[in-house]
Amino acid sequence: MAKDTNVKHHEPLFHVVKRDDMPSWQAWLVRFATIAISFVIIGFISMSLTGKSFGDTYELMISGVFGTLFKGGSTIMLWKYLQEIAVLLCLALALTPAFKMKFWNCGAEGQALMGGLAAIFCMIEFGGKLSEPVLICVIAVSSIVAGAIWGVIPAIFKALFNTNETLFTLMMNYIATQIIAYYVYIEGGGSNVINPVSYGNFPKVGNNDYFVNIVVVAGLIVLMYVYLKYSKQGYEISVVGESQNTARYIGINVKKVIIRTMVISGALCGVAGMLLVAGKDHSINTNLVGGQGFTAILMSWLGQFSPIVMTIMTALIVFLRIGVSKVADASLLNSSFSEIIVGFVILMVVGCEFFIHYSIKFRSKKEVKA
Amino acid sequence: MIIQFICRAILLGVPLLYGSTGEIITEKSGHLNLGIPGIMYVGAISGVVGSFLYENACGNDIANMNAFLAVIIPLLCSIAGSVIMGLIYSFLTVTLHANQNVTGLALTTFGVGLGNFLGASLISITKSELPSIALTKTSSFFVAKLPFLSNLGGIGAILFSHDFMTYLAIAIALVTSFIISRTRVGLNLRAVGENPATADAAGINVVKYRYLSTCIGSAVAGLGGLQYVMAYASGVWSNNAFGDRGWMAIALVIFALWKPSFAIVGSFLFGALCNANNYVQGLGTETQELFKMLPYVVTILVLIITSMRKKREHQPPGSLGLNYFREDR
Repeated sequence: MAKDTNVKHHEPLFHVVKRDDMPSWQAWLVRFATIAISFVIIGFISMSLTGKSFGDTYELMISGVFGTLFKGGSTIMLWKYLQEIAVLLCLALALTPAFKMKFWNCGAEGQALMGGLAAIFCMIEFGGKLSEPVLICVIAVSSIVAGAIWGVIPAIFKALFNTNETLFTLMMNYIATQIIAYYVYIEGGGSNVINPVSYGNFPKVGNNDYFVNIVVVAGLIVLMYVYLKYSKQGYEISVVGESQNTARYIGINVKKVIIRTMVISGALCGVAGMLLVAGKDHSINTNLVGGQGFTAILMSWLGQFSPIVMTIMTALIVFLRIGVSKVADASLLNSSFSEIIVGFVILMVVGCEFFIHYSIKFRSKKEVKA
Repeated sequence: MIIQFICRAILLGVPLLYGSTGEIITEKSGHLNLGIPGIMYVGAISGVVGSFLYENACGNDIANMNAFLAVIIPLLCSIAGSVIMGLIYSFLTVTLHANQNVTGLALTTFGVGLGNFLGASLISITKSELPSIALTKTSSFFVAKLPFLSNLGGIGAILFSHDFMTYLAIAIALVTSFIISRTRVGLNLRAVGENPATADAAGINVVKYRYLSTCIGSAVAGLGGLQYVMAYASGVWSNNAFGDRGWMAIALVIFALWKPSFAIVGSFLFGALCNANNYVQGLGTETQELFKMLPYVVTILVLIITSMRKKREHQPPGSLGLNYFREDR
């Protein structure tokens, strides 16, 4: 055996090694570089499809999102943009504790719908009978409860029988959708439309419809940051997420943590539904959330459980969503183009994680000699 | 009435059968592909684009169209489209070890967007007033029936009146079932899904199995999208018409306990449940909306019951959802 040192071993051109730990600033550099690269690629794709120049494409995107803000114009578009961020971010924040616990809550859509349903129900039933401040409190409480109930049902079964939560929460979305369809049919008198209700709307601040929504979500960012990072419950969530056995060993009641976390997650989704109904649409239909429950899953993951990074990521993705659809509108493309672009960017970022966690070692001649 | 109900249930069930068979093939290798809804979309639109081009190349005269080409071109386009999606998924999850749930969901966003984008582009090319593309000529080849057998009364209608893709779906499910449970390839595939490290130690090429099963699974699922457009919707593509069938196909995998042969029965049952609201007498429109929850409620019940019974042969593949990296301990 020892004599056989001259045998030529086949060595692959490269092999993949797990990195120990990349400093987090470096990891974020990789992620943002990936996003920058994808923005450039998006620019070129749009260019080739619309025939506009690269600069024009991005100018169109920026004016599509911010309106005439940078030319000293109105701030209406900016507020709309912030409102869009607020709702998506609220859903993403809601999902974060569940994901940190490795509970795949794919039911944000349904939980938000039920929150919205509770809100519109209160607005129609109690509107005019209660004073506005009381009504808004009732709406808030009932939305939170409705969302929490919708979130906790799968959690109870997960805790008791280890039922697959991904599919359970997914199915709950469609049940919620059908309940909304039923309610809209009854309330709308068969017309499938509920006219905007004028009671229980969030108050305008200044001249601005969405101020309350934005403030609520800004508060949630801080709360979620503190909850996950500095509270005992936040710590328990991360231990359960890392290893249920460890959690059990150090005396954490895993079932309790699962159920409690999903109550929080569902309740916050309910808040998102309330923001949409009481703060924006003042009405409801089955497309209230419009698939944002699924986008929020991706946002939560892109933010890597950090509410602050999540805010930046959500702002970027909403920018793309609005901006690209404006670019598409301006030429003869259709608005589904923005869905493709959002999917593309997320796939790019998902792929770049590889370079953060692994490194590629090429075959080097030195090693062969040694 | 009952015969019509059963036929309708089968017709509604076939896209689900394709989707769930494809997903079972993928999940057996340990990959939970939540991109299936997007892949089915892409499978459908690729087939539509293929047949659109072929119909245009043939002009407006149906006599110019070759029946074989009219069928095979959409089929191949559909397979090509969905295999590309499968390759994206497996490159990200197998080679780059990306999170499977996130990759799958992003792929669904991407696929649905791509489907609607291409669909709307085709609609604007045809300058039609309706928001849909009608490929009725191609569809007529797809739904061509067996000439004698379909006239045999009730039984004939139930057994022989379907389009050829229905029989293809059943055949694929049965063949898959046989391969998975009776052949060496199937044994290896199950080993990869249960415990990739052991499979690797036994000399099975884990990466190859995972790539192949994801791509084959995607191709099968994509055909479901095509069948929906060509047979169920009689060749009319309109955006978002496919709806949430992809998610139901994924749910059906659990309903069928990861067995393609069970998926055949399950998909027809789902088809019946989806359609039950139209056949129960004396329902108002509002109660019909509540009836449409039935398939989802049944899925949840099955989820709960299988998880409560904890039978070993009813469990998902052992390493479902986990990526395999050889140098991990």
